[in-house]
Amino acid sequence: MDIIVVGLNHKTAPIEMRERLHFPSDAIEEPLKKVTDLSYISEGLILSTCNRVEVIAVTKDPEKGINEVKDFLSFYHNVSKQQLDSCLYSYESYDAVRHIFKVASSLDSMIVGEPQILGQLKDAYSMANKYKTSGLIMHKFFHKAFSVGKKVRTESMIATSAVSISFAAVELAKKIFDDLKDKVVMLIGSGEMSELAARHLMNNGVKEILIANRTHSKAVKLADEFVGRPIVFEDLALFLDQVDIVISSTSSPHYTIGYDDVVRSLKIRKYKPIFLIDIAVPRDIDPRINNIDNVYLYDIDDIQGVVDANIKARREEAKKAERIIEREVDQFDRWLKSLSVVPTIISLKESLEDIRKKEVERTISGLNGNSQLDRELLDNLTSSIINKILHSPLTQLKRQENTRRRDYYIDAIRNLFNLK
Amino acid sequence: MNIFFFKAVLIFYLAGTLIFLLYLLRQKPFISKIATTFLFSGFVFHTISLTLRYFEAGYIPITNLHEAPSFLAWAIVCLYLIVQFKYKIDVLGSFISPLALILIVISAAFSKEIGPLPSILKSTWLPIHVILAFVGNAIFALAFCAGVMYLIQEYQIKSKRIGSLYYRLPSLKLLDDINHYCLTIGFPLLTLAMISGSIWARFAWGSFWNWDAKEVWTLLTWVFYAVLLHGRINMGWRGKRAAVFAIIGFFAVMFSFLGINTMCSGLHSYER
Repeated sequence: MDIIVVGLNHKTAPIEMRERLHFPSDAIEEPLKKVTDLSYISEGLILSTCNRVEVIAVTKDPEKGINEVKDFLSFYHNVSKQQLDSCLYSYESYDAVRHIFKVASSLDSMIVGEPQILGQLKDAYSMANKYKTSGLIMHKFFHKAFSVGKKVRTESMIATSAVSISFAAVELAKKIFDDLKDKVVMLIGSGEMSELAARHLMNNGVKEILIANRTHSKAVKLADEFVGRPIVFEDLALFLDQVDIVISSTSSPHYTIGYDDVVRSLKIRKYKPIFLIDIAVPRDIDPRINNIDNVYLYDIDDIQGVVDANIKARREEAKKAERIIEREVDQFDRWLKSLSVVPTIISLKESLEDIRKKEVERTISGLNGNSQLDRELLDNLTSSIINKILHSPLTQLKRQENTRRRDYYIDAIRNLFNLK
Repeated sequence: MNIFFFKAVLIFYLAGTLIFLLYLLRQKPFISKIATTFLFSGFVFHTISLTLRYFEAGYIPITNLHEAPSFLAWAIVCLYLIVQFKYKIDVLGSFISPLALILIVISAAFSKEIGPLPSILKSTWLPIHVILAFVGNAIFALAFCAGVMYLIQEYQIKSKRIGSLYYRLPSLKLLDDINHYCLTIGFPLLTLAMISGSIWARFAWGSFWNWDAKEVWTLLTWVFYAVLLHGRINMGWRGKRAAVFAIIGFFAVMFSFLGINTMCSGLHSYER
């Protein structure tokens, strides 16, 4: 039995193609059933996110299994095979295991280290469980993949630094203030990115959010949303002495915060640090402000620089993660290889034969008299007992050769008889 | 016997420091754990060495240029272990262990013979005066390290050059807090050391103040820290300025601790 993966991701396929191949999660039962109905496929699972579509399956013949899955994708989504072939990748056995472990560890993601993929993989697995298209190999495989994903996350620092503008801003704030609990934030203007940053700050427990907008009604509306306090736009400089973190993104062509405003309020607040984030282009905050002691001003390019540095650091960590994955792939591969009928029967017989011989020797040494005759008698007796006992289970096992239950039987036998 | 343990201390502090410096380059958590273990083992040997020496000599081992730096190194490592245990700032070890190592190397360079205690030092004031001064010095050493770390982190954030240390150094707030705590504890200790010293001087030399080189220099250092404390409390000094002050202040402390005795002779000269 082998594991195969057929799919495409953000590296191999343009968004149009990913959209066409997407499997919506509320209609996943039919394709899942269709995959497992294919003649060479015994277990199947479909992972479909905005960046990737992958069919992960268990097959007895990787080559034929991969072809069947490709045909299925082409037929199901009505895409020509040539078109599909240019975007699809496929992996079998060892490589397939490694690929899925990498996906689970978020090494294959568009943003390396992003945390959502593990959850998406878990959802895909629970769908396969719900519609009973997964069996022993998939269970073991995915539990292993989840634990590898977690291990990579804890043992490498792959996910410790922020790779989005809004998160990087929060992280910088923490490097300046340590704890954000008693901090006051001022949000000037509106915009998706600035509101996201404000929301992250709120999730980190900041004390209060002041909201200023040139159109005061907008400020009131935003204040409702953020449970903040609207302030009059023209007076915002007067509030600066109360504020630790400023996020500004207005469409104003002029500076909304000037050098003197900051110098004056800094004195009032006894030089407690201020962190200003200027997301606007053209800029809202006088860049000279960064020269003042205890004042930190980041414009959009500066934060992008931090994000880039974080991404670079993550890539370094990714190398470490790959080593962890290599070890785990080896381990899983060994288990997978042990799951075949003939070697299991051989090692079961060997194990029993060992026991039989040892017991015969022990009995012989306790008997006096014609040991040659005794030995023949005992050998015949014990061998025939073992063969009789083994007859029924081995026939059963051979009968299951081509069903999904076969893997459970083998796994059970290996466990019960402690076979290596 | 104390010399044997002293050599072990030297080896363990050296190993701990080298591993801590490696930690700056390759920031894996287990490296700092190994380094801390070395430093901790060194500290245990150090404690044994000092205790043995105390019993062999019959007085607290802080009277010559072998003993004094060694005792200060011990106090610094002790303080580091306490802070590390409480706040878990792994990277602090990379800054503080070289300091302990330098002190212990200086100590190793001087004669380790135990001489009889000069009669002028035979006083219950000796341990009081010297321990206050040494613990104060160790705390200023911690403030110095926090100051250096602050300047590095502040530079990275201000200039937007995010290096690998950015991730490991703690927040500016925490470093500034350490600076502040050290000052509020170190300054009273320094003051008490000076007061106890002048009372002792009254008995031993006949006058509270003798214009000894070390006395003068320490007074200057005290004024310097007093200015910083005043600035911090009343004028909102913090951050970079406070960090720079803590760094300069520590150089002054070290100069009065080691430099002044080797350059000018005076009442505070160490025994040779």
